[in-house]
Amino acid sequence: MSAPPPGPALIAVRGLVRVYRSGDVDLRALDGVDLEIHEGEFVAIMGTSGSGKSTLLTLLGGLDRATSGTYHLAGEDVTTLSKNRLAAVRNKLIGFVFQSFHLLARTSAVENVELPLIYAGVRAAERRKRALAALEQVGLSGRAHHTPAQLSGGQQQRVAIARALVNGPRLLLADEPTGNLDSRTSLEVMALLQGLHRAGHTVVLVTHEHDIAAHASRVIVMKDGKIVKDEVQEPVQAVVPP
Amino acid sequence: MNLRETIRVAVRALGRNKTRAFLTALGVIIGVASVISMVAIGEGAKAQVEQAFASMGSNLLVVRSGSSSSGGHRGGAGSLPTLKWDDLRAIADPSQVPAAKHVAVELRASGTIQSEDANWQTTIYGTSPEYFVIKDWDPVSGTLFGRSDVDGGRKVVVLGQTVAKELFGLSDPVGSIVRIKGVPFEVGAVLEAKGQSAMGNDVDDAAIIPSSTFQARIQAGLAPYVNGTIYVGAGSPEGVSRAEKQIDALLRDRHRIGQGEEADFTIRNLTEMAAASQQGTATLTSLLAAIAAVSLLVGGIGIMNIMLVSVTERTREIGLRMAVGARPRDVLLQFLVEAIVLSFGGGAVGVMLGVFGAWRLSASFGWPMLIQPRVVLMSVGTSALVGVVFGLYPAWKASRLDPITALRTE
Ligand SMILES: Nc1ncnc2c1ncn2[C@@H]1O[C@H](COP(=O)(O)OP(=O)(O)O)[C@@H](O)[C@H]1O
Ligand SMILES: [Mg+2]
Repeated sequence: MSAPPPGPALIAVRGLVRVYRSGDVDLRALDGVDLEIHEGEFVAIMGTSGSGKSTLLTLLGGLDRATSGTYHLAGEDVTTLSKNRLAAVRNKLIGFVFQSFHLLARTSAVENVELPLIYAGVRAAERRKRALAALEQVGLSGRAHHTPAQLSGGQQQRVAIARALVNGPRLLLADEPTGNLDSRTSLEVMALLQGLHRAGHTVVLVTHEHDIAAHASRVIVMKDGKIVKDEVQEPVQAVVPP
Repeated sequence: MNLRETIRVAVRALGRNKTRAFLTALGVIIGVASVISMVAIGEGAKAQVEQAFASMGSNLLVVRSGSSSSGGHRGGAGSLPTLKWDDLRAIADPSQVPAAKHVAVELRASGTIQSEDANWQTTIYGTSPEYFVIKDWDPVSGTLFGRSDVDGGRKVVVLGQTVAKELFGLSDPVGSIVRIKGVPFEVGAVLEAKGQSAMGNDVDDAAIIPSSTFQARIQAGLAPYVNGTIYVGAGSPEGVSRAEKQIDALLRDRHRIGQGEEADFTIRNLTEMAAASQQGTATLTSLLAAIAAVSLLVGGIGIMNIMLVSVTERTREIGLRMAVGARPRDVLLQFLVEAIVLSFGGGAVGVMLGVFGAWRLSASFGWPMLIQPRVVLMSVGTSALVGVVFGLYPAWKASRLDPITALRTE
């Protein structure tokens, strides 16, 4: 991929600051971030541990609020939304994938995937249909009624990706999604994310591994809460060895 | 998220830890069960007292010698009767006491009664036929003595169930001869069973003979004086209070006692006594209910405690639900409904247990089982309310969590 696609940005961040206050020490985890991401991009955010990657992704995901700065998602100013409106944004516009999967224990895969649809007010039959379709998309149709304990780490992360996809979000965010997986399973997950990107999804991924970032079409590097590098690259195709 | 969905999610969440859910609900189960059985006991006691008073006859006045303050009407050996037979006749005279429908004297003595092959210590009553009307006491066999038997001083006796059983077992004593204090009497009738009096005495332990015969053969009185009690039946509750006023005026006039002075006789209104006694049992009922309500409260605190633990344990789950779109009110409702399902479910089980307990208790006391739908509804309603009240704080705490902080909680 070459230059980012034209048109209005899906994500537009200006002067974003996030200060953590512990005791009487202020820690600027984000120190003035400016960033634009367009629809259809596959962005990897890199940087050393503690550089502020997760903090940025959390803010992009509407899970936390910035100390200052603005964040427009699909043209809407997210920084000033009420708790209820922000919940609706997380529900409809954003799919979030976590390093530690965060699946509900003792709950089947399909029920885990249904969760966002419950809060979207989708009726039970329709919910089940869409959740099963999302599981098929991640190649887990055969495991719909397995609980997390009955699934491997890679399978669990694919369930989590299905959950992130199920409500048709505009933006897919993943914070070190391969951090808990071995290299082969990591490759499977990256192949899945690349496939989703090819199908038109906007993907923003946090990782500290170059191998993983290589699959993205744009790499942003952070240091001490600032963006220090932002480059477009030719993505390496994730091919799972037979 | 609609309510049905919320209830489904709550039930599933509780189902993941059934033992804990059960133990938490146990507090409410015990609370509701005790409210229902305690109130049933109270109501049973009340019904028991009502029945005991009913066994004495309804709309009844009791007139005795002696003032109420001196306690003279208790009839101790030293106290002399003040009511005369002429007073009795005046009370029975419809032109003087129009409100009195039936008037009967009751003389009493204890004594031994003998049949061919048994004897029994009982209470012997001397009275007139009106007595049976006033007490609403019918024979199960034979015929009661009449006016002519009293006038003729005949030696006939009417036996209570207890006496009949003790002397004759299962055979019908009517027509047999019994001896009371050695004097032979013919058994005219056996009365139906009445059970216990309000004071716990066996009403059926009685041998009843004409008052004239009683005076002549059992215990002579002091000629003009009535050494006993006068019963007045008035037919209706209003009649009772009218009769009370009329008799009071009549006796004060006959004994030359002014209004406001202390009377040398006592009139007792049994309807009033029954009401006072019912008041007592009503107090007992509310006391028992209050104790039971406290246990329901303790059950509620148990729910709050577990819900707080549950919110802490499930912080990550709450964070995740918020991350995928749960609004604060969705989270609030989820935990609130969990608490309500716990307490309401506990309430439902408690009702079953309470009804069973009340049934066992009433069976062992020999009382009628009285479970009012009102009490059942109230305790179930209260248990649901307990869920709301004690579930609200934990649920509110859960809903206030910050998604990312909650997700990162270990
Ligand atoms: N909740 C928090 N409270 C206080 N400090 C935090 C919190 N979260 C992150 N930090 C700090 O902010 C900085 C950036 O953290 P983070 O965004 O998690 O980094 P990364 O994901 O790049 O490793 C780190 O120094 C971290 O210690
Ligand atoms: Mg991180």
